[in-house]
Amino acid sequence: MTTFMGDPGPRGRFGDFGGRFVPESLVPACDELEIAFREAWLDPGFHQEFEGILHSYGGRPTPVTEASRLSEQLGVRVLLKREDLAHTGSHKINNVIGQALLARRMGKMRLVAETGAGQHGVATATAAALFGMDCVVYMGEVDVARQELNVFRMRLLGAEVRPVHSGSRTLKDAVNEALRDWVATVEHSHYCIGSVMGPHPYPWMVREFQRIVGDEAREQCREVLNGSDPDYVVACVGGGSNAAGTFAGFVDTQAQLIGVEAAGGAAITSGVPGVVHGMLSYILQDEFGQITEAQSISAGLDYPGIGPEHAYLAASGRAQYGTANDEEVLKAFQLLSRTEGIIPALEPSHALAYLVREVGVSIPLGSTVLVTLSGRGDKDIPTVIGLLK
Amino acid sequence: MVPAFSPTTSRMRFPEVAQVSLTERFQQLKTQGKKILLPYITGGISPDWIEVLRSMAAYGADGIEVGIPFSDPMMDGPVIQEASSLALGRSVTPYSLISEIARAEVDIPLVAMTYYNLVFRGGHKRIANLLAGSSVSGVIIPDLPYDEAEDWITEADRAGVDNVLMAAPTTSNERMEKIAKRSRGFIYGIGLLGVTGERSELAASALQVATALKSITDLPVLVGIGVSTPEQAREICQIADGVIVGSAVVRRVLDGAGPEGVGEFIAQLRSAIDGLS
Repeated sequence: MTTFMGDPGPRGRFGDFGGRFVPESLVPACDELEIAFREAWLDPGFHQEFEGILHSYGGRPTPVTEASRLSEQLGVRVLLKREDLAHTGSHKINNVIGQALLARRMGKMRLVAETGAGQHGVATATAAALFGMDCVVYMGEVDVARQELNVFRMRLLGAEVRPVHSGSRTLKDAVNEALRDWVATVEHSHYCIGSVMGPHPYPWMVREFQRIVGDEAREQCREVLNGSDPDYVVACVGGGSNAAGTFAGFVDTQAQLIGVEAAGGAAITSGVPGVVHGMLSYILQDEFGQITEAQSISAGLDYPGIGPEHAYLAASGRAQYGTANDEEVLKAFQLLSRTEGIIPALEPSHALAYLVREVGVSIPLGSTVLVTLSGRGDKDIPTVIGLLK
Repeated sequence: MVPAFSPTTSRMRFPEVAQVSLTERFQQLKTQGKKILLPYITGGISPDWIEVLRSMAAYGADGIEVGIPFSDPMMDGPVIQEASSLALGRSVTPYSLISEIARAEVDIPLVAMTYYNLVFRGGHKRIANLLAGSSVSGVIIPDLPYDEAEDWITEADRAGVDNVLMAAPTTSNERMEKIAKRSRGFIYGIGLLGVTGERSELAASALQVATALKSITDLPVLVGIGVSTPEQAREICQIADGVIVGSAVVRRVLDGAGPEGVGEFIAQLRSAIDGLS
């Protein structure tokens, strides 16, 4: 029997995917990080501190909410894992607290991060403020414009936000620029990657820092569902960190796992295997291997790749991946706001949109479905105002 | 994992193109005590880039590194990023460049520099054969470190293309020895922690990397990244067997120096390192 979502070994492989495709200058830093993470993750003291901060500072555990009016309207029982209620407004805080603790253990007091929607940038800036670290966040010029509020939040938290003018000026280019920074500053900086992507050990490490989402949700669902698991577990996927964290809690159950990508950035549906940003995974690219640009209403899903473990879960069939387009997403965004009084971020609105479309099609009426609500929608209001007027 | 093949370009042939062996030529220069000059140009940067390349050869380059542009060049600073976008904007592809290179007819080794996705996507075997058939005798892939390179090196060896590995200021001596054993043609010492680009002074790390590499390998040791002027080239060649100059050349092309102007810069680099031993 295949074991899913375990230790990817020293070469960081999930089946054929993953690896460590970085310039030689960064190989020793990745080695050092892997050793530090392995040690920390076996250290009860580290877990105690990590979970303690997530509890007393991050607001964990986040609840699972029974979405009764939405359930009635759709004809399936919908449970929401409420990462929108975590500190900073999304699940991103889990990963950055873990990585900041590790950086401190390694004696690195400068954090470098990329951000798309700004949620990871805000979370990193928050952790840097909490631990008294320096923080530089790279953000594509396009995203700086459409996520003005988060840019201001990061600056308020003491981080330096550097707009990226190269390429498509979105998340992919922010990753390139963060990597370039890290190549030059690796001796005293830690690259705090925001998703389950990049070179080994990041995809594995970030999933482990996020598995608290899935571990909590599994126990909470069992309480609500008299000991059973949901039939379906649905989460949105850009790089795929909230989905990986959620799936980690359910991969050993009978639940069907579904990741939902933005239709304009669907690496699994439309990409082919390739290597970028240090990892072998499904990547949107042309016939020559040039990376193509993703297009989505949601800055957080505007990414041409996907974490390598998702590539493996897809290739092996353990998880299914679908898409939602901008129009469906806007409708789902409004639907949840009106039925449950929860304004979701545009990213998890993809998971909701998929559910709305697939109920009665691939998801039978009467099913029980857990949706991870990875973040709250405040940051998206300026975008949505323009589209709904 | 079997990389994907593109059907449209699988039958490219370049009859009777002479390949100058990178290993043989550089070893010969090293034995003669002659310092090696390996300038870089981004393939397709301008319509006359092949003329620039020929001029570089004529003015004293011992080999030329040809960048095959990639959409996401994470090891490159602003100058080479701009050159790559310009070239991609001119719709060059790895295959159009390879066929242009095949017609360059220069009597020095040509070394392709590109990122791994273009090789992976094209397929190891096909890319190795295409490079060899177009007179390219070496290749540098900065995002394919030693630990991930084995399959590609096997294929490149079979086709007769030397895969050059890199060693960085952060690389341990133990790892440098492993890298040196698997590198072909020469070993690329990364002069500083950072991306490609001009610097006002040669970094101390360049001299340290060169010294460390010289003590563990008989391969020619060339240092690049952050070497921008004839003076810096001379300084590093006090220790290293040769020097790689990229952004300083490319900036001149971007500024419109043309084949002659770039050639003159190559001549300056040449005379700065000649006579050292």
